[in-house]
Amino acid sequence: MGAFAYVAPTTVAEALGVLEEHASQGKRAQILAGGTDLLVQLQSVDRTPRTIVDIKKLEEANRVEVGADETFVGAAVASAVLNENEELKQRFPGLIEAADLIGSTQIQGRATIAGNLCNASPAGDTIPALIAIGAVCVIASESGNRELAVEDFVTGVGTNALQDGEFLVGLKIPNPPARTADAYLRFIPRTEMDIAVAGAGVALTLDDAGTCTAARVSIGAVAPTALLVTAAADALVGTSVDDDALAAAAAACSAAASPITDKRGTVEYRRKVVGVLCKRAAAIARDRAQA
Amino acid sequence: MSKVQVETRINGEGVEFLCEPQQTLLEVLRETLSRTGTKEGCATGDCGACSVLLDGRLVCSCLVLGVEAEGKEVTTIEGIAGNDGLHPIQQKFLERAALQCGICTPGLIVATKALLDKHKNPDEETIRYWLAGNLCRCTGYDKIIRAVQDAAEELAYEA
Ligand SMILES: Cc1cc2nc3c(=O)[nH]c(=O)nc-3n(C[C@H](O)[C@H](O)[C@H](O)COP(=O)(O)OP(=O)(O)OC[C@H]3O[C@@H](n4cnc5c(N)ncnc54)[C@H](O)[C@@H]3O)c2cc1C
Ligand code: FES
Ligand code: FES
Repeated sequence: MGAFAYVAPTTVAEALGVLEEHASQGKRAQILAGGTDLLVQLQSVDRTPRTIVDIKKLEEANRVEVGADETFVGAAVASAVLNENEELKQRFPGLIEAADLIGSTQIQGRATIAGNLCNASPAGDTIPALIAIGAVCVIASESGNRELAVEDFVTGVGTNALQDGEFLVGLKIPNPPARTADAYLRFIPRTEMDIAVAGAGVALTLDDAGTCTAARVSIGAVAPTALLVTAAADALVGTSVDDDALAAAAAACSAAASPITDKRGTVEYRRKVVGVLCKRAAAIARDRAQA
Repeated sequence: MSKVQVETRINGEGVEFLCEPQQTLLEVLRETLSRTGTKEGCATGDCGACSVLLDGRLVCSCLVLGVEAEGKEVTTIEGIAGNDGLHPIQQKFLERAALQCGICTPGLIVATKALLDKHKNPDEETIRYWLAGNLCRCTGYDKIIRAVQDAAEELAYEA
């Protein structure tokens, strides 16, 4: 049965050592970031003993760097801290919008983007936003760091591509070209504190004439994992992101969705709403890119 | 089960305690340290009754492990009043009758403290969004919002 233990390593190597040791002995170790999913699960669905490996003391995981070539967001950085970073907000308003939707002020004081991604809920709000901006997971393992696009990271409901002994150190995001912007919208029946019925993240680039030259569209809560919808992006590229293009992108999102019916919404409703959200998010991204 | 020794500061005072690795800070505060001002409503991060400040940041103590308090500064409702009496936030909650059963009140006062530390003059929308994670089943919120507005005004006046 074993007992609970808690460790807070101060280096990535030390953290990997703990994970590796547990993996080789068939013992369970689990990463703790903000704990806003983990502690809820610990108190209800999964009480089995394990070693909790807190990554909040890792320098690398606390790093936020809005650099000249790329942006790095450490896996331990709370969304409230991201929200106070004006440079980051300016560069990726859609991502910060998504992080800002997670729970309450209290939850945002702890919750991380990486935790949202690793937890791999179909409705995780930051996942479509990360996919839209082309974010890449930086994964630490004993054999060195490996990288994986966010759209390939989540493998199913609650599952991800991490192997035993690996953890996510942070997310790397390529710098957006000039006249590029992102946006994220979700629909919930209330104004705060609820789980997305559907969500859509869009990033797009305009040229000097206002024609869209590149786009990425991702939708959430309408399939087991967030989806990258290339057909929706194709509908925007080459257009001025006018009403016709927005309608075509919306239709592509509705077609790509494979939602379920639950208490939050029916299949038909979710299909429709995800299209509307895509349309609205794309219009916001367009207006931001023009500004 | 092996307990872990934790050294922390609570309301400015050095505190040591022993806890199990999976115990929450809320459990430690209430059960080990008998500081029962911090309340438990849900234990799942939804209600905000357990709100405390951890190194000045507003969090739910039901979603923090006791061991995570090591080397940190924890501020609970017991640390809000000054030596010479109630904090203006507490005073305004009384004056505005912003509580009935009172279970939500410690969390709301700690959350309001965090709000007014950050935003000196919040508008109503800012207040409502900031406090959206503090549920109250009794008051209907309106009196709470008025109390927070009064406290903001008083604190701005004092400053
Ligand atoms: C009241 C409440 C409201 C919420 N509202 C929302 C919402 O609106 N939208 C939303 O999307 N979510 C919401 N959530 C869920 C949760 O807050 C988010 O998913 C949050 O981003 C999780 O991040 P964390 O740092 O707290 O993760 P943790 O709880 O620390 O970890 C989550 C999972 O990921 C694993 N993990 C974390 N970091 C790593 C890593 N670096 N490497 C490997 N594995 C890792 C953990 O082992 C665990 O299994 C809510 C939760 C609560 C309690
Ligand atoms: S007891 Fe912590 S949020 Fe309800
Ligand atoms: S006064 Fe009873 S819950 Fe708020």
